[in-house]
Amino acid sequence: MNEISIVAVLDDPVRRRLYEYVALQPHGVSRNEAAQAVGIQRTLAAFHLDRLAEAGLVSVSFRRPDGRTGPGAGRPAKLYQRATTEHEVSVPPRDYRRAAELLAEVVDVTGAEPQLQRSARSRGAAAGRTARWQAPGEGDRELVERELAAQGYQPYRDGADTRLRNCPFHVLADRYPPLICGMNLALLEGLLTGAAAATLEARLDPRPGDCCVALREAVPVVLPEAVPPSKTN
Amino acid sequence: MAGYHLAQLNVGLVRAPTDSPQLADFMAGIDPVNAAADDTPGLVWRLQDGDGPGATALRPRGPDFMVNMSVWESLEALRDFVYRNGPHLDFMRRRREWFHRMGEQHLVLWWVPAGHIPGLDEALSRLDLIRSDGPTPLAFTFHEPYPAPAEPAARRG
Repeated sequence: MNEISIVAVLDDPVRRRLYEYVALQPHGVSRNEAAQAVGIQRTLAAFHLDRLAEAGLVSVSFRRPDGRTGPGAGRPAKLYQRATTEHEVSVPPRDYRRAAELLAEVVDVTGAEPQLQRSARSRGAAAGRTARWQAPGEGDRELVERELAAQGYQPYRDGADTRLRNCPFHVLADRYPPLICGMNLALLEGLLTGAAAATLEARLDPRPGDCCVALREAVPVVLPEAVPPSKTN
Repeated sequence: MAGYHLAQLNVGLVRAPTDSPQLADFMAGIDPVNAAADDTPGLVWRLQDGDGPGATALRPRGPDFMVNMSVWESLEALRDFVYRNGPHLDFMRRRREWFHRMGEQHLVLWWVPAGHIPGLDEALSRLDLIRSDGPTPLAFTFHEPYPAPAEPAARRG
């Protein structure tokens, strides 16, 4: 299948919702779980998931339920997970990654990281200000997660953390991890500042498969209460 | 590759004395990062000199020339720690606050027989090698790695 045909497999709203659900989970997803999450019947989910698998957009594995083994242990469950291969269609053909790799190399070699981080923080803040202007009264977490989703990070909750299932700069980050992860952290710190999301903080916390940044509630700064002057002094 | 381990030397020119405010966060972070390395299963050994955290008191090539050196079970184990360990990645993100940009290679990797702990002389000679010859099987980088030497065939008794 060529890239256009592969990406075109997503051109169905139900199928795309299934794909997005599967892509967001760090674990393999069964047909039942996917069907339930998207609100469709199991057979329809199976049909769509298998089309996604044929196109290589999701990968398939098998696991026996409850870890049972041997005859009579039950059919292994078919599980679907986001495939690792990237697919790209650009019309007219554009190759920003090639330029990005060259620029990243130059930043690396010239030691211009501090400027990269400053620029990234500033750019992230601009996006944050725009998001806040569009939703002035919204809670910090909701606003930031929506903006992160729009930017392709695929945020999900993990306990108190917001984690990011996708690194938008993956191949570049693999080649220049401290440079790109530093840039990414600066972008997201800038986003929090620009969005005036004072209750959140970002940190580097890599986890296999995820983006290296995680967000959580900032520890509030407790100011001592003003004490009125004592009359006995 | 069970017969070989991966050795690593990383050097840097520090921007200010280690007791300066500019280096405060670096010095404070060394012990936690080393503790994280110690907790990583693939670490075989790391250089310590006893006069400061890690190897920070060593100055083998001038007053600002700092080193760190370690041995790992595999390239993947080292790479995972260097780039996917939270505290260490955070350290690397901030390196320009503490170290000058180096015009030449500042990181060198090489294979050692399992059980061999290289000395600093050996490590510095590998650094000189990669600086003069570029990456080779004897001295290489993450970007241009080389596999461990092939095991010699076992003689039949």
